[in-house]
Amino acid sequence: MSVGEPGTKEPLSLEELEAVAGMRTGRKHTLSILVENKPGVLTRIAGLFARRGFNIDTLTVGPTDDDGISRITLTLDGALHPIDQVTKQLHKLVNVLKIRDLEPDDTVARELALFKVAADGTQRAEVLQAVEIFRGKVVDVTRKSLIVEITGTTDKIDAFEEMVRPFGMVEMMRTGEIAISRGRGET
Amino acid sequence: MRAVDAVMECLKAEGVDVVFGLPGGANLPTYDAFVDAGIRHVLVRHEAGGGHAAQGYAKATGRVGVALGTSGPGATNLITPITDAMMDSCPTVFITGQVRTELLGTDGFQEADTIGITMPIVKHSYMVQHPLEIPRAIHEAFYLARTGRPGPVLVDIPVDLSRAEIDYEPVTDVKLPGYQPTTEGNAKQIRQAAKALAAARRPVLYVGGGVVNANASEELVQLALAGRFPVTCTLMGLGAFPAPHEQWLGMLGMHGTRTANYAMDEADLICAVGARFDDRVTGKLSEFAPRAKFIHIDIDPAEISKNVPAHIPIVGDARQILAKLVVEYRATAAEAGRLDEWWQRIEEWRERYPLRYDDSAGTEIKPQRVIQALYEATGGDAVVSTDIGQHQMWAAQYFHFHGPRRWIQSGGLGTMGFGLPAAMGAKVGRPDDTVICIAGDGSVQMNAQELATCAQEGIAVKVFIVNNGYLGMVRQWQELFWDKRYSHVDMGQWPDFVKLAEAYGCTGLRFTDKTTLVDDIRAALATDGPVVVDVRVTREENVYPMIAPGQAARDMVG
Repeated sequence: MSVGEPGTKEPLSLEELEAVAGMRTGRKHTLSILVENKPGVLTRIAGLFARRGFNIDTLTVGPTDDDGISRITLTLDGALHPIDQVTKQLHKLVNVLKIRDLEPDDTVARELALFKVAADGTQRAEVLQAVEIFRGKVVDVTRKSLIVEITGTTDKIDAFEEMVRPFGMVEMMRTGEIAISRGRGET
Repeated sequence: MRAVDAVMECLKAEGVDVVFGLPGGANLPTYDAFVDAGIRHVLVRHEAGGGHAAQGYAKATGRVGVALGTSGPGATNLITPITDAMMDSCPTVFITGQVRTELLGTDGFQEADTIGITMPIVKHSYMVQHPLEIPRAIHEAFYLARTGRPGPVLVDIPVDLSRAEIDYEPVTDVKLPGYQPTTEGNAKQIRQAAKALAAARRPVLYVGGGVVNANASEELVQLALAGRFPVTCTLMGLGAFPAPHEQWLGMLGMHGTRTANYAMDEADLICAVGARFDDRVTGKLSEFAPRAKFIHIDIDPAEISKNVPAHIPIVGDARQILAKLVVEYRATAAEAGRLDEWWQRIEEWRERYPLRYDDSAGTEIKPQRVIQALYEATGGDAVVSTDIGQHQMWAAQYFHFHGPRRWIQSGGLGTMGFGLPAAMGAKVGRPDDTVICIAGDGSVQMNAQELATCAQEGIAVKVFIVNNGYLGMVRQWQELFWDKRYSHVDMGQWPDFVKLAEAYGCTGLRFTDKTTLVDDIRAALATDGPVVVDVRVTREENVYPMIAPGQAARDMVG
């Protein structure tokens, strides 16, 4: 039970103490969560968010190189929720192995989106130009519409959406972000 | 052997000497295994009674309480005790039967999605999918229930899997990579806390049920004595610090003492140990302890800064941390005289605002008097459970607890009907102690069926019903906050509790005279077997003092 040399007599003033409050950071957070691949894990996480009033913006689930472990990447708004409280509550779930709150600057994040855009003769060229600029791919075409595949950051996909919406958006599908940390270390 | 026989082996390996439960179709194999298992099984009359009994057992003994139910309604009847155990961090394991696997998802007879229903209210749960998983699930359940922040763990076993033959090998190790509670407490933070305590001029130790769970009472007392710190406890913490005591301020919160609440209000440093800043403690959060800095010691990191931002957070086991904190505090050689002014202030409050009530002129019994008389009759040497409501608050105010694990409560959830089955579980766990249930006439009816269990099993609990014929706390709120427009709170004189007790095979008594109350109580306590006493009290009496909901400690009334 020893803590090394028991304390010093150097005084402390209570005024110096600062509170460690639940911070609302005001920015988007990407949490990368490793979970045991067991039945009901996703329900436990979703249930926790619902119960505590946390809103998930996007959520993706996929396998990892270990069969027994899945990765959940979810994004949420740090303006609405104290992120430390969210991660601490998540950590209490027995099947949650590891949580990383990814730093935007040290992270490569990508999302896949499919857009079905109305594009008849007159508009087609313009739409194709936008696709070109955003490095998208046309994956299906009919006389009246195109399906465009785009990958990129959420911001980039938002920008493309804004760009083509005026032409007539029929449908849009987005996967939600996956993210990986830069450098040699594991996410 | 059959998987259910392996379950029995696991229970024995976990040191389980008693379980509370009720059989049904989906756990018939389990009950067959009980015939030869050599584990005591207490047959309850309702699964909720069994669940609360397991809680009472756990709270009174510190060991894991176990309750069983069948599928469907058996499991749903356990929902209240499971939630209760979650709210109060009570180490419990619930084992439920489930329909056979081929019926799962087909709305089979007595099928309920027990795992789904209980997900938000368990620490963890196991849906067994293969008979070989059963032993490991049981052991992990016990490990999770009693370690870290304790809580309820549920194991749901489909009936066909429980009958399967398996090669049982004892499980000796539990490995849960995602579950590694911090117990030690950061040494630097502990030292910082010691320095802060040494610098404080108006400190208070604010103690919760976590200290009881961690068996940290001795260490708490050492710290309090080392620094001459004033101590207050939450409802759940009562007994963690021995009362009465010169450093004891009484309970804090909505119906706490003025002294405790005013001390929190004026404190410059509050050291919270195993407490979670519940709304019944803080009142209006923005005006809670406005001058104070906070040390927060808790086993659950998610509690730190959840409601009130902590200045010195320390995550870990209260017992280990307090032991180190005492050493570190002594090393600061803080000068005890710095608290003289603070103690003077506290003494003023104590003198000016003692707990008080107007006694009746005649023989009528005031409810507060019942508690005082119980304390006098027992000398405080008893395990006491209560239900929820006015009688509970009076018990918290007027009974003094000399040590931990004598005060059996449903604190967080506030479950009416908790008291009797919890007392039953406590008595099973501590057969040599006097176990009293202080009940409300409303609450006790919610699990009165367990009197039959007590009679059959010879569980000699002594139930004192503080009978005012009302849902008293609701009536009080209607009186104070709803212009005395009483709506459905009058329960009249039904049932006749003496006859009810006798019908269940218990001794039934009725007390109406305050002058003989202490002697009458002594006689009731000396009566063999379970005893139910209908104590008729003043009908419209209010619990004071009170911080009205959403108000600050400063605004206490009554």
